[in-house]
Amino acid sequence: MDRELIVAVGDLTCRYAGAPRDALRGVSLDVRAGEFHALLGPNGSGKTTLLRAALGLVRPVAGRAEILGRPAGEWSRRDLARVVGVVPQREENLFPQRVHETVLLGRYPHLSLFGGVRAADGAAVERALIACDAVDLADRWLWTLSGGEYQRVRLARALAQEPRLLVLDEPTTSLDLRHEMELFELVRDLVDGQGLAALMITHHVNLAARFADQVLILAEGRAVARGAPADVLTRETVERVFSWPVAIEPFDGRPQMIPLRRHPS
Amino acid sequence: MNYVLLAGAALTTLVVSLLVGPANVPLGDVLASPIVWQLRLPRAVLAFLVGGALGVSGVGLQALVRNPLADPFLLGLSGGAGLGAVVAIALHLPGPWALPLAAFVGAVGAMALVYRLGLMGGAELDPRILLLGGVAVGAFAAAVTTALVSLAEATELRNAFLWLWGGFSGASWTTVLVFLVYAPLPLVVLAALARPLDLLVLGEEPAQYLGADVRRLKRLVYLSASLLTAAAVAVAGVIGFVGLIVPHVCRLLWGRLHRTLFPTAFLTGGILLAAADTLARTVVAPRELPVGIVTALVGVPLFGFLLRRWTVS
Repeated sequence: MDRELIVAVGDLTCRYAGAPRDALRGVSLDVRAGEFHALLGPNGSGKTTLLRAALGLVRPVAGRAEILGRPAGEWSRRDLARVVGVVPQREENLFPQRVHETVLLGRYPHLSLFGGVRAADGAAVERALIACDAVDLADRWLWTLSGGEYQRVRLARALAQEPRLLVLDEPTTSLDLRHEMELFELVRDLVDGQGLAALMITHHVNLAARFADQVLILAEGRAVARGAPADVLTRETVERVFSWPVAIEPFDGRPQMIPLRRHPS
Repeated sequence: MNYVLLAGAALTTLVVSLLVGPANVPLGDVLASPIVWQLRLPRAVLAFLVGGALGVSGVGLQALVRNPLADPFLLGLSGGAGLGAVVAIALHLPGPWALPLAAFVGAVGAMALVYRLGLMGGAELDPRILLLGGVAVGAFAAAVTTALVSLAEATELRNAFLWLWGGFSGASWTTVLVFLVYAPLPLVVLAALARPLDLLVLGEEPAQYLGADVRRLKRLVYLSASLLTAAAVAVAGVIGFVGLIVPHVCRLLWGRLHRTLFPTAFLTGGILLAAADTLARTVVAPRELPVGIVTALVGVPLFGFLLRRWTVS
């Protein structure tokens, strides 16, 4: 495949200061343009650490983390924000603001120090709102949005950065079925339609299997399995990683997981 | 439009403050009166500049510690400045600049100490520790200050006490000039950080993902805002509530983006303090109230009203 390599993580080991063990141990991950990657694993398995290290916020103890061939730690935050758009797990909303103001924050890495907002920035905000079906929300206050609308707006903000890679950290936690499906569909469309790369941390094994091209499963900081969903999401692997008995059934050519009762009736 | 309105209000405040005062200057003589040129005008200008500096400093610090209740003096500066001033008074340091310089040194000393505490966890300035450290350093300095005041003689005590509540009775064109030379640098640094500060309000990690160099940002904001406050406290003593109220008023009226917040906070702070000082020197004329008392008397009820709006929405 000759698609451009955007994230190249090789044999990465990370440890937080004072921690008794490595948060990540020898993990590798390559993300190319036009690929949707899902990052699975139990709580505390190192998913967010991998994301932070890949984006230069955590310095690795060993191994390499590169974005577009350049070590992540060497990028300035501003330059990196033009290549990678992130929807973080949580953020603060200390002071009230409107949706279009929030999405405009995504243009900040493109604006000059004292210069104003240019027509191109307005156009990028507009395109991002359209892509996320959020045009009607533009004048709403952020705090009046539902959970699903809020996540679409934050995704629009990341798109306004005009990135090559989208990173989403558990974006569908606390969303209902429809909003959750809509968000996965949206990310898939962006990957297929605009050739973006996507890296999503999620707890949804089944949706990851349905939507992602590649799955990486982490457990206790190590990569347990990496590859296409059908190859990776086997009963043995899922049971071992999540410590719960499951059945795996194929659906639409993709594996789907059914959690089992501990004592079958 | 907003700026025209604010500039108009600023001008009106300044003109009114030139016209009123304990000395009766007939309207026709205003332009020729040395009382107006040598006393009222520099005093009004200085009050305006100090109010503006406190407003801007408050905007920066509230974004930095991501706490809407932050005040430029919450970070220990007032305690340090008060201690410096009281030491100068107790030691009978000579010269007109001894008191402001001592207050400035005290404020910068407290700032350095709090900054050092904020870096305790590593290379990152931790806003929570800044707040806690500021309160602790301020309390410690206040204790030492009170100890010194309690040992002082009656007139000294009165001087020190009045100084701690702020005032512009010592204003002259020289103080205005010193402030005008000093203030632009931190003001320009803060103005340049307006956009990344919008991002910082989201939290440190989201701000970094949107392109802000958070580590440098936090240091620059803390240092510039503190140095502005230290200068304000050196020429005018401790004036509370301007730095707390003004950012909130501006946010309510003109939105949360720092590119508008900084200039509007400067103008609003200036108007507020120039008006407060005019009140302070006229309501009990020929005597004077410390201007900090006026800002507190006006500021506290206003703040209560704002808090109510805040919790209702």
